[in-house]
Amino acid sequence: MKSFNYHSASTVAEATGLASKASAYLSGGMTMIPSMKMRLASYKDVIDVKKIKQLHGIKVSSKSVTIGAATKHAEVAQSKEIKKAIPALCTLAGKIGDAQVRNRGTLGGSIANNDPTACYPSACLALNAIIHTSERKIEAAKFFTGMFETALKKGELIVAVEFSIPEKSSYVKFPNPASRYAMVGVFVAKHKAGVQVAVTGAKAGIYREKAIEQALDKNFSEKALDNIIIDSSDLNSDIHASADYRASLIISSAKQAVAHCK
Amino acid sequence: MASSMIGSRVERTEDKKFITGKGRYTADITLHGQTYAFFIRSPHARAKIKKVDISKALAAPGVVTILTGQDIIKDKIGGLIAGWKIVSKDGTDMKLPAHPPLAHDQVNYVGDHVAVVIAESLEEARNAAELVNVDYKVLTAVVNTASAMTSEAIYEGIDKNLCFDWELGDKAKTEEAFAKADRIVHLKLNNNRLVPNAMEPRASIGEYNSSTDDLTLYTTSQNPHLTRLVISAFNGVHPEHKFRVVAPDVGGGFGSKIYPYAEDVVIAYAAKKIGRPVKWVCERTDSFLSDCHGRDHVTEAELAVRKDGIVTGLRVNTIANLGGYGSLFATVTPTYLYAPLIVGLYNIPAAYCNVKAVFTNTAPVDAYRGAGRPEATYLIERIMDQAANEMGMDRAEFRKKNFITAFPHQQCLVHNIDSGDYHAHFNKALELADYKGFAKRKADSAAKGKLRGIGFSTYIEACGIAPSSVVMSIGAGVGLWESAEVRFNATGNISVFTGAHSHGQGHATTFAQIVADKLGVPMANIDLVHGDTDKGPFGMGTYGSRSLAVGGSAISKACDKIIDKGKRVAAHMLESTPDEIDFKDGEFIVRNSNKKKTIGEIAFACYLPGTYGEIKSPLPAGVEPGLKETAFYDPINFSFPSGSHVCEVEIDQDTGVTKVVKYSCVDDFGTLINPMIVEGQVHGGLAQGIGQALYENAYYDETGQLVTASYMDYAMPRADHFPEFKIEYTCTPATSNPLGVKGCGEAGAIASPPAVMNAVIDAIGTDISMPATSEKVWQALRTKVKSAKKAA
Ligand SMILES: Cc1cc2nc3c(=O)[nH]c(=O)nc-3n(C[C@H](O)[C@H](O)[C@H](O)COP(=O)(O)OP(=O)(O)OC[C@H]3O[C@@H](n4cnc5c(N)ncnc54)[C@H](O)[C@@H]3O)c2cc1C
Repeated sequence: MKSFNYHSASTVAEATGLASKASAYLSGGMTMIPSMKMRLASYKDVIDVKKIKQLHGIKVSSKSVTIGAATKHAEVAQSKEIKKAIPALCTLAGKIGDAQVRNRGTLGGSIANNDPTACYPSACLALNAIIHTSERKIEAAKFFTGMFETALKKGELIVAVEFSIPEKSSYVKFPNPASRYAMVGVFVAKHKAGVQVAVTGAKAGIYREKAIEQALDKNFSEKALDNIIIDSSDLNSDIHASADYRASLIISSAKQAVAHCK
Repeated sequence: MASSMIGSRVERTEDKKFITGKGRYTADITLHGQTYAFFIRSPHARAKIKKVDISKALAAPGVVTILTGQDIIKDKIGGLIAGWKIVSKDGTDMKLPAHPPLAHDQVNYVGDHVAVVIAESLEEARNAAELVNVDYKVLTAVVNTASAMTSEAIYEGIDKNLCFDWELGDKAKTEEAFAKADRIVHLKLNNNRLVPNAMEPRASIGEYNSSTDDLTLYTTSQNPHLTRLVISAFNGVHPEHKFRVVAPDVGGGFGSKIYPYAEDVVIAYAAKKIGRPVKWVCERTDSFLSDCHGRDHVTEAELAVRKDGIVTGLRVNTIANLGGYGSLFATVTPTYLYAPLIVGLYNIPAAYCNVKAVFTNTAPVDAYRGAGRPEATYLIERIMDQAANEMGMDRAEFRKKNFITAFPHQQCLVHNIDSGDYHAHFNKALELADYKGFAKRKADSAAKGKLRGIGFSTYIEACGIAPSSVVMSIGAGVGLWESAEVRFNATGNISVFTGAHSHGQGHATTFAQIVADKLGVPMANIDLVHGDTDKGPFGMGTYGSRSLAVGGSAISKACDKIIDKGKRVAAHMLESTPDEIDFKDGEFIVRNSNKKKTIGEIAFACYLPGTYGEIKSPLPAGVEPGLKETAFYDPINFSFPSGSHVCEVEIDQDTGVTKVVKYSCVDDFGTLINPMIVEGQVHGGLAQGIGQALYENAYYDETGQLVTASYMDYAMPRADHFPEFKIEYTCTPATSNPLGVKGCGEAGAIASPPAVMNAVIDAIGTDISMPATSEKVWQALRTKVKSAKKAA
């Protein structure tokens, strides 16, 4: 790791004030610290945002669940309020990495990083999340712009994420056998206005699988997916899974998700 | 108390320090004035080194020195060695490339060592390393095992990349068996390449005292004495008597820490050269790249069978990948540790094995938990299943028909097996696994839409590799005995020195149990010392499940010598004769009397040999003071553990995911000293074997880049992959050592891959290679469905 200046900010304004071209926000550090240790990234200033009160806390209203950006995966997994409103979010958070990762890693860090195999982005997309930042509000559909890329501008800080509460939803992850990130992860949400199905792990970035959505809109059951064929032409193919296999996993994971929707 | 120590589940005395974080590993050691080393490694699988430019890096802050291959040449540091000479079938010696600790003209795998930067801090070393400019001319890499012989030669003078073309067995007799066979069963197999993944990465620290000329190397070794010997005698870094190698707590090895590596040589040499301690700790990615890998065989096997199911012959052709260089035990692993065991525990009258060992531009391959025996077991157990299936026989019955039943048994290849009862453990395993109930469980799984399969693996392996005279006659560069010293202190407690090395095996407990049992001294009064060449006698280290059979026997013999001397001293003190003295439970007793001395009193007498006030302990004439005995034990034969494993899997047809739902095994390890430790060893071995069968694979792409160079891509088994293992034992004591023990450290890793694979193949009904990943299983099922549709 190359040396850097460490700052711990206590307010959003302090954090954004410290930000520069050569700085980065540090949240759980689960992604950032390894990449700094491997010298894939280095910064002049590292601004720790964990102590900013505004980035913590869980608020549940009749329509939405708002989670502070610095909320740890373990806190989401164990939250009784979230469990009542959107149980799938608890399941999702509870299956990220291992206990150590869940006790450090945060929602904000996860979506800012936008790893194409990460779990949270699928929830954001399927649950029409609104990303509250230090500057504005961004819809999930516009937030995830590409592999490890987001709509965040330099120095823009995620403050909280607001998820809309669906009628029911479920997340199923087929873990990569090595990393246990999603080789394929499918988030199915049944909203009043229609079904939204977000898929992670399968392409260069998170996306909505329209073929499944349409089938489930007509008939919200596992059976409805029996004859769906996923176009595998732009799916990822690597040593763990070919595009065809991923296509098949999308269907089997979606079926499981439908079966477990709550 | 005493006699109950053997077979007792004594809690591991070493665990307290490990689970409270008080272990002292090499990386925990910090020496005064220490510098830090960072190795520059080749990013290419095969390249010529045109120039190494260190000028900019030398000027970087904190840099003490930078050493390259040119320094190695200048200072006449010798290359790394392969310690076992194999002679090809045409009578020529194996061919080896030079293996300099820092490359100077050519690099031969990604991770090969090119230079070392030594600086005041690790960060400064790493910063400077980025300024070292190595100019490479990249060459085409040879990566694939099967096609290595037909690829461009990597080394001048090594035709077809062939290290040796070796054979074992009576070829003519085997041909004859095949000519007469009712049926010939064919099978092609891959034994996948594995990364050892010891929890503690390798590390070393060199320290040199210029005023006394003492050089010390702290290192993560399974084998400190051998490391000292090799670095002295072959690398020529420092003379053996002024060189101390310490292997403190070591966090797992699985074979990968048997050998001194280039880094050990360079760190020892660098410390001497700069006169300051030099510390190096391997990073995980570098472990993936540069620890010796395991296995990597491509094999074709044929089995000759009579129509009544009796196996009459076995013919095997194997290509073994050695990687970029010949590592220390790399040549014995796919030959003498492998081929003699291809016949398994079956009474096969004729067998022949040809092994071609090839060089490729991949990390060196060497012994890894099981070393040769897992490869042999995988092949014989897979082909036995294939044969039974082809002949429409029950796979369990087919095995039983062919078991060796009378002992001692001279196998057709090499081994003379002293003891065993294969029907006993197989029958017990079938019962433990409820083989009878399998059909119902299969139906239950089918009702849930899942495929269920059962697989057997019966194995025999050879442990306690021995005797020295035999192994040296077949090419070993070392004798394979073990040493022990049992040293009483005047106050009656004991320090036991062993030449074996514990890096997870629990020697401090098991070996103390032997001493407690032999000498009748409480465990708490016994301390086991190992891992320091300055403390105990020369030893051969720990690998090949040898420590208890060979090292434990040496301890037992040293204890016998203590008892002998004790009898002479006791006889003198009790006014009797040595042959009138019995020793039991720590007491020397004059036969048929109540006159006795405890062993503590005898020890005291040995250290205070005279009369002084209350103390009256004169030694008999001619007996030296002190109570300390050394023994070297060279076994008369290998020991032959065996066992039967039964695995049951359930497969999800939608995803191809295989779940091991039941695993039962019955092993014959001879006498058990500590069944709890044995169970732990079996658990660990099973985890690694199941890992090999279902998850692990070191995958190089066609350019020789290791794609699976981190845990993001190299799939390790995890606790939630396993069911509750059912483990039981049978016991036929070994006759080749005084303890009757056979060895248990590798059995799990040897037996389980075929048990799992046979179960998977049973479930899906088609052949599949290791690792049986979910995608491979899914593909196999899909292909089956497609061809069924076509047929219909
Ligand atoms: C072993 C392991 C297994 C894992 N498995 C999974 C898994 O199964 N599924 C999964 O989804 N993830 C997984 N992860 C990733 C994990 O969820 C991380 O926590 C997450 O990717 C990053 O979160 P963090 O809080 O640690 O962020 P950090 O590492 O601190 O930061 C990551 C990036 O986000 C930026 N950032 C952080 N906070 C903010 C903010 N508030 N506003 C703007 N930018 C910000 C940082 O500058 C940095 O660029 C795993 C990680 C590990 C180490």
